[in-house]
Amino acid sequence: MADTHNKEVDQISGVETTGHEWDGLKELNNPLPKWWLYIFYATVVWAVIYWVLYPSWPLVSSYTKGVLGANQRQEAIAAYDKGVADRSEFADKIVATSLEDITKDQELLQFALANGQAAFGDNCAPCHGAGGTGSEGYPNLQDDTWIWGGTLDDIHTTLLYGIRSDSDDARIGDMPAFGADELLSKEEIDQVANFVASRAGVETDEGIDLAAGQVLYEDNCAACHGDNLEGIQEVGAPSLMSANYLYGNSLDDIRAQIANPRNGVMPGWAERLDPATVKSLTVYVHSFGGGQ
Amino acid sequence: MVVPSLAPCMDSKNWGAEMAQKKTGLVSLEEGGFAIFLVLLAFACIIIAGKTFDQVMAFHAGLGALLAAVSVFLIFKNYFDDGGEPIPAEIDGKPNYNMGPVKFGTIAAMFWGLAGFTVGLVIALQLAWPALNFDLPWTNFGRLRPLHTSAVIFAFGGNVLLATSMYVVQRTCRVRMPGKILPWFVILGYNVFILIAGTGYLLGVTQSKEYAEPEWYADLWLTIVWVMYLFLFLGTLWKRKEPHIYVANWFYLAFIVTIAMLHITNNLTIPVSIYSTKSYIVWSGVQDAMVQWWYGHNAVGFFLTAGFLAIMYYFIPKQADRPVYSYRLSIVHFWALIFIYIWAGPHHLHYTALPQWASTLGATFSIILWMPSWGGMINGLMTLSGAWDKLRTDPVLRMMVVSVAFYGMSTFEGPLMSLRSVNSLSHYTDWTIGHVHSGALGWVGYISFGAIYCLVPWLWNKRGLYSLKLVNWHFWLSTLGIVLYITAMWVSGIMQGLMWRAYDSLGFLEYSFVETVEAMHPFYIIRALGGALFVVGAVIMAYNLWMTVRHGEAEEADTTPVGSLAPAE
Repeated sequence: MADTHNKEVDQISGVETTGHEWDGLKELNNPLPKWWLYIFYATVVWAVIYWVLYPSWPLVSSYTKGVLGANQRQEAIAAYDKGVADRSEFADKIVATSLEDITKDQELLQFALANGQAAFGDNCAPCHGAGGTGSEGYPNLQDDTWIWGGTLDDIHTTLLYGIRSDSDDARIGDMPAFGADELLSKEEIDQVANFVASRAGVETDEGIDLAAGQVLYEDNCAACHGDNLEGIQEVGAPSLMSANYLYGNSLDDIRAQIANPRNGVMPGWAERLDPATVKSLTVYVHSFGGGQ
Repeated sequence: MVVPSLAPCMDSKNWGAEMAQKKTGLVSLEEGGFAIFLVLLAFACIIIAGKTFDQVMAFHAGLGALLAAVSVFLIFKNYFDDGGEPIPAEIDGKPNYNMGPVKFGTIAAMFWGLAGFTVGLVIALQLAWPALNFDLPWTNFGRLRPLHTSAVIFAFGGNVLLATSMYVVQRTCRVRMPGKILPWFVILGYNVFILIAGTGYLLGVTQSKEYAEPEWYADLWLTIVWVMYLFLFLGTLWKRKEPHIYVANWFYLAFIVTIAMLHITNNLTIPVSIYSTKSYIVWSGVQDAMVQWWYGHNAVGFFLTAGFLAIMYYFIPKQADRPVYSYRLSIVHFWALIFIYIWAGPHHLHYTALPQWASTLGATFSIILWMPSWGGMINGLMTLSGAWDKLRTDPVLRMMVVSVAFYGMSTFEGPLMSLRSVNSLSHYTDWTIGHVHSGALGWVGYISFGAIYCLVPWLWNKRGLYSLKLVNWHFWLSTLGIVLYITAMWVSGIMQGLMWRAYDSLGFLEYSFVETVEAMHPFYIIRALGGALFVVGAVIMAYNLWMTVRHGEAEEADTTPVGSLAPAE
């Protein structure tokens, strides 16, 4: 601190300045605040203790391990294993018990519903909605409309292998593209769409030959969707009797699905979730109220 | 390269008389050098624009060619206008400060600030109501988020730092910045970088590194500009007329040097081709992550802390008209801060692939950093001793003091969050967002607003601001906004963290992720409201500054701006 000859005493604080001045700015020669300095030292001491206790400093090809022998990675693995072990009593029973019997055993049912709820939220809800309410293109799991069946076993199979997924055991059902592949003319699609709409209680266009539509339906659609539009679950052909459709309920939606249908995909979960969790999910989804 | 509207306020007023007798000298080395460089750059850009298969590259190279060509034109226009005469460093024994680039930087800061705050509000609203992204690629959250962060940190904050550093270093060294073209190259070149980076984000160009999103060509350009900035700053220090270097300048220099080092190391990428916007980083895996957060954390440390502490060290004593509290404290906390900050980066990567030892080191250095950070707060607040009464009457000073209080709060919260056990709750939650914004809105925002409120009347020779009442409105609206913002994020962040780790009695996670998102909704609305108040405050500020420049009462001819020109010692 040079310029001692310029030192002056600040009138307000009574503290000497350093004697420097820049653009009218001066500095007081106050010492370091004691509390500041001591807390600084304390943090350094704390850090040194921490370094002794825990892995901290890198060495040439290793690092200081710390006297506590703490190892974050092993702690995480141990915590995970403990979690699995804690649940294994019930999880093992779930695997060994039939779906039907799980629903009859109060204790197992409670476990399955809790497991199912946790798994559903993170794996199923993004498409089927929280609580399984579904949305356009993603089936509602609460109502009693089931495309591939709503029994415990049906739901379990769907969950395990998925729909049009890459699993070998996936449920496969392909609605032909009657318009895009030119199986029917535009006028014929119009007729058959109006016929379906008329049966489902959807408003139809005027001046359409519904009888011709019915003939077209019987020739092209009845094999899968049934003579009375009741649907056939074995091939995943939904009932068309009431307007509760996966891809929308208007006449336009029906026409679009006949002309160039969407065939949605659901992944199989057999390889992603453990068997107890898939079974739990089955029981959970079945419990929504639509299960058969 | 004088921007016409700014030219009259710059040099011509003082030495216009001497210009009467024009004498055409040779083009200086500086003018010639910049002209040749820019001509070569323009040609390179034209070739790239012509040969590229990448539309964004064609756009950016075309823009580069155009701006380089215009710059060459301006260099020569300026040369013929002033006859190649060097600008006098002193007039009548007083330093002839170069304030043109400072004015440009101040205006640019306000412009980018308004833009950046508004984009922040838009993305806050998008988080509450996702439909507001309108399903357009240019307005989706992924592109607007880096636009917001870069606009507020680098465009707003960067221009504030450039403008104030050029102002402060000249005045505290009592000397004109070196160069005729150099200062303009730095300030304009930096803003061209902002333009390239920002339009790039909107068009989908990013290298996906947080706070280092601009691609290789923008990074390269920034490197050139930044090295020139370092030369400019060092050159001014070199020429100084004061025996000592003022504390603010230590902080500015630490900021400039460290940012250069961080920027280069974290952007060591290899372009797919010189005609492509895409590049790949040389680091891989966890090393890349570590370099990224070494960069990211020290961008906070040296850009948002050291740089703005420099502003604090000039503008608070100036506005309070009091000496800095402790010279000794300023030295000790400066060296402690810059030596310790650089170690703290790993605390961003707790519980990841990063080895535990690195994570421990980062956390412990973050704790040691607590007091060095607070040294700045103590020096800022204690400088007010003997002048606390001014807080009642001077809303600009109040803004800067509250800024220092926010600085103290977030530099306490930061070390706390760096501890592994706290971090396991806070990491990836909104708590981090709240923490960042108490620093960003409270500390960086307010100290910048305070500095700009001081600078505008000084630069445009006005007696004072157009309206202190409007400054008061700005202060209270934005303070309310900040409080709403950070409290909403604390509550939502801690709730989010607790929901993520909640287990039911059978050992299953209590909540799905989607349920935690749903629970955030009300807090996202409160946060957006806080952000809206902050934006409104900034609009009031812009209006106040505009009215100050256009209609403010002029400083009398004889009197000079606060504290200027009085030779030190």
